[in-house]
Amino acid sequence: MMGSVILTNLPALLVAVPLLLAPISALFPFAGLAWAVALVGTGASLIFALLLQSVTETGARISYHLGNWEPPWGIEFVVDSASSLTLVVMSGLGFLATLAARQLVTNEIAEKDIGKFYAAWLLVSGGLFGLVMTADAFNLFVFLEISALASVILIGMGAGTDRRALIAGYHYLVIGAVGATFYVIGVGFIYAMTGSLNMVDIANRIPDAGGSAAIYVGFGFMVAGILVKAAIFPVHIWLPAAYSYAPSAVSTLLASIATKAALYVLARILFTVFSGMPDVVTIALSNVIVPLAVGGVFVGTIMAIYEADVKKLFAHSSVAQIGYIALGLGLGTPASVSAAFIHIGNHALIKGGIFMAIGGFVAALGARASLDSLIGIGRRLPLTATAFLICGLSLAGLPLTAGFISKLYLVRAILETESYVILSLVLISSALSVVYLWKIMEVMWMQPAPARSPKLVENPAIYLPIWIVALGNIWFGIDASWLVSASQMAAQILFDISPGGGA
Amino acid sequence: MMSVQTAMLMGLLAPLMVAVLTPFLAVRHVWRDAAGPVGGVITFIAAVEVALAVLDGETPRLFVAQIAEGLAIEFAVTPLGAIFGLVASGLWILAALYSVGYMRGNHEKHQTRFAAFYAVAVHAAMAVAWSGNLLVLFIFYEILTFSTYPLVTHKESAAARNAGRLYMSILVGTSVILLLPAVVWVWFNTGTLDFRPGGYLEGQIDPTMVPILLGLFAFGVGKAALMPIHRWLPAAMVAPTPVSALLHAVAVVKAGVFTILTVVVYVFGIDFLAKTGASQWLIWLTAFTILVSSVVAISKDDIKARLAYSTISQLSYIVLGAALASQMAVQGAALHIVMHAAGKITLFFCAGAIYVQAHLTKVSDLDGQGREMPWVFAAFFVGALSIIGIPPFGGSWSKFMLMVGAADAGYIAILVVLGLSSLLNVYYLLEPLSRAFFREKIKSVEVKRHPLVVIPPVMTALISVALFFYNETLLELAILASRGQ
Repeated sequence: MMGSVILTNLPALLVAVPLLLAPISALFPFAGLAWAVALVGTGASLIFALLLQSVTETGARISYHLGNWEPPWGIEFVVDSASSLTLVVMSGLGFLATLAARQLVTNEIAEKDIGKFYAAWLLVSGGLFGLVMTADAFNLFVFLEISALASVILIGMGAGTDRRALIAGYHYLVIGAVGATFYVIGVGFIYAMTGSLNMVDIANRIPDAGGSAAIYVGFGFMVAGILVKAAIFPVHIWLPAAYSYAPSAVSTLLASIATKAALYVLARILFTVFSGMPDVVTIALSNVIVPLAVGGVFVGTIMAIYEADVKKLFAHSSVAQIGYIALGLGLGTPASVSAAFIHIGNHALIKGGIFMAIGGFVAALGARASLDSLIGIGRRLPLTATAFLICGLSLAGLPLTAGFISKLYLVRAILETESYVILSLVLISSALSVVYLWKIMEVMWMQPAPARSPKLVENPAIYLPIWIVALGNIWFGIDASWLVSASQMAAQILFDISPGGGA
Repeated sequence: MMSVQTAMLMGLLAPLMVAVLTPFLAVRHVWRDAAGPVGGVITFIAAVEVALAVLDGETPRLFVAQIAEGLAIEFAVTPLGAIFGLVASGLWILAALYSVGYMRGNHEKHQTRFAAFYAVAVHAAMAVAWSGNLLVLFIFYEILTFSTYPLVTHKESAAARNAGRLYMSILVGTSVILLLPAVVWVWFNTGTLDFRPGGYLEGQIDPTMVPILLGLFAFGVGKAALMPIHRWLPAAMVAPTPVSALLHAVAVVKAGVFTILTVVVYVFGIDFLAKTGASQWLIWLTAFTILVSSVVAISKDDIKARLAYSTISQLSYIVLGAALASQMAVQGAALHIVMHAAGKITLFFCAGAIYVQAHLTKVSDLDGQGREMPWVFAAFFVGALSIIGIPPFGGSWSKFMLMVGAADAGYIAILVVLGLSSLLNVYYLLEPLSRAFFREKIKSVEVKRHPLVVIPPVMTALISVALFFYNETLLELAILASRGQ
């Protein structure tokens, strides 16, 4: 039967379809067609991810053997509640970002480059999906590189409007390569000591390796490498420039899906690959991840407060929000990890909408979005600005928005661990985040536009996708049952896969 | 007879409808301006219906949505909530009328935006009043803050923006840093966020933590304006006077003290609080706030600033009633929500009427103006006496009950504080009147007549008188509340 063939091959399709469509879209000389191919690719991914999620949401685990090679020798894709939730979030926002990209891209990228642009776009998406599904530590490195190199291309394409995009892309290339190298060095150590590359298999073999220092070194290298990719303080330095000088559409894509995939991988490494040495992992969590997460929360928030360039401001804000997610992972309890997953979903929704809306401002203004150029934009582009306002309120955690749900569960998880110092730091930073948000809202809504500013027209192709995301922020703020239970299941699954336990 | 659910729906939706329709009704200014009072009447009828059901011993409920497991958006009206609902909706009718007169008389800009956000704020206040659990209370508490921000910064001047920043940073800051963890703490410890008769924290929380949790609530609810987190209230006076009158003397600040009272009665339980003595520190802090803000009020020459500090002092009366944790004190506190609302809205209406008609904002400018605006000053006189607590005005009852409550609980010093505060009230509230009537006129002003800003204060002044004689229903609700039902 056709249906079951597709079902059993879903994990492979999720990676293969975007990767195969990439060269096709590069061949198209027309921007519209290239975009259509990208839309088909990301739309198909969303459908695949939703199917996978529906199969795995109750805790089932799909294992796909590439080329029918049995694990641990062959490469295995694993989809379970944790990865399928991440995939749905990524593919959903990826699809919406593609939808919005059509108009956002036209002003920023030369017509002749648009085919290549969408090719890189699809490569990033496919690579990141593979990153999330693969159960092979080395294969993960391959996907890491595919998505990273394609991201560099996308960031560099911002050079059409701002030459600084080239430097930003170069920084990302170098720093990202360092991260990937760290990761692969770590994998080398682990392979040497355990003789396996399959994640579950490694987990099972680590106790036999008997606490060898090489394992610890490998662990350190792998985690450090992923910290770079996930843009966790203090190795986040590539992120602000990359997000802010990339074309608007690319900022949307990267902010809502790229770091999310890396954070998911971090969770997998901490809780699956090294579940065989819980003591060391616990030390790493409480002495490294948690302090870095809290540091990121503060540094990101404070940098955002003093930033005048709006894209960069929200890039700094992303560093802070990634800190919240990392904190949830770092606290290492089922409640906190599920809070991290909740925020992975909600933050993708929030930042996706925010960067799309900024793209809308940039497209309408034809200038970088800064605190000066946005003066009075609320009345000049009311639809885009209102959607932006909703996403912003969600970022601030106003009740009845998605951001509030994240905050609620994160606070509860921290209370549960009785770490009151962390709790107060998180709450203070969360209150501070209102400061940078309000700075923008004041400019947008409370100040009249400068005299003789030209009338702006709103383009439905730009504001409709933004509104879908904005309404999503409200929807998931009122009916959070699905995300909350999926996240709790994800956390449970992550903790259940212990050595010998298999699935 | 409509069902109680319908009434609840009506009371919650009518203000929201007004807000949504205002931009569309703005094609005719009369339509737009009629929407507020009409919405007020509908909301008030609904609030009366709901209050009657509560008096019958029911708990009217309205389920809206399930956010996630254990987190529901649900409304359930407690006797306390019924009281606050009546106050907010009843006074909205007059405030909406007044607001039309004020905004027109003053030729304010952006009247449509103003009317819309005004209605959203009332909606949030009604939702706070009728909230069925701590989560809903918190949700609409926050929405109330955000919806009043455009009203505070209405003038869009630099001063208004700065005041708006202070307003947001204190209200949002305290609620995020203190109130949210307090709510989550209750949720985490007890597994529920519901309000229950008699409270439910007893046995669920380490007794040594009770004062801390109470502190998180008391300071987390910035809207109750306890010192030292009171600064936002005087800052909010930059808003047009209808905002100061309904929102910053009634809806917003009363939402604050209502939250504290509700948490004390339905989450902590007054018996539990009295037993552990966890609220003693709060008694002294409210006493401090009452006296200090009264003294500050004396020093303020700006009428609205003076009234704002008077409000801070009066809010602490209500928090004091909660902190005393005796039945009589809670009754007094519940009634004081009503009595102070009627009195203080009158005073603000008068301040606004004086501004619209004569463009005077300072107490020292009022010299000899009494005869120019006799109705306004008569209303001011009644409102002032009610706040001071002199019979036959409403405020005397609640103050009396609070004093009895303090004596019951054995706090003689609090009696002295309350007495002293009344004396200070006499000074700072009657000084403007004595200046207006017994001093030589120093400024000759042209008084423009705007009946829509004069009728509402006269009405609320009459309400203050009526509340002295006819208050059985409210008292019954207050008694129900004090029994923790």
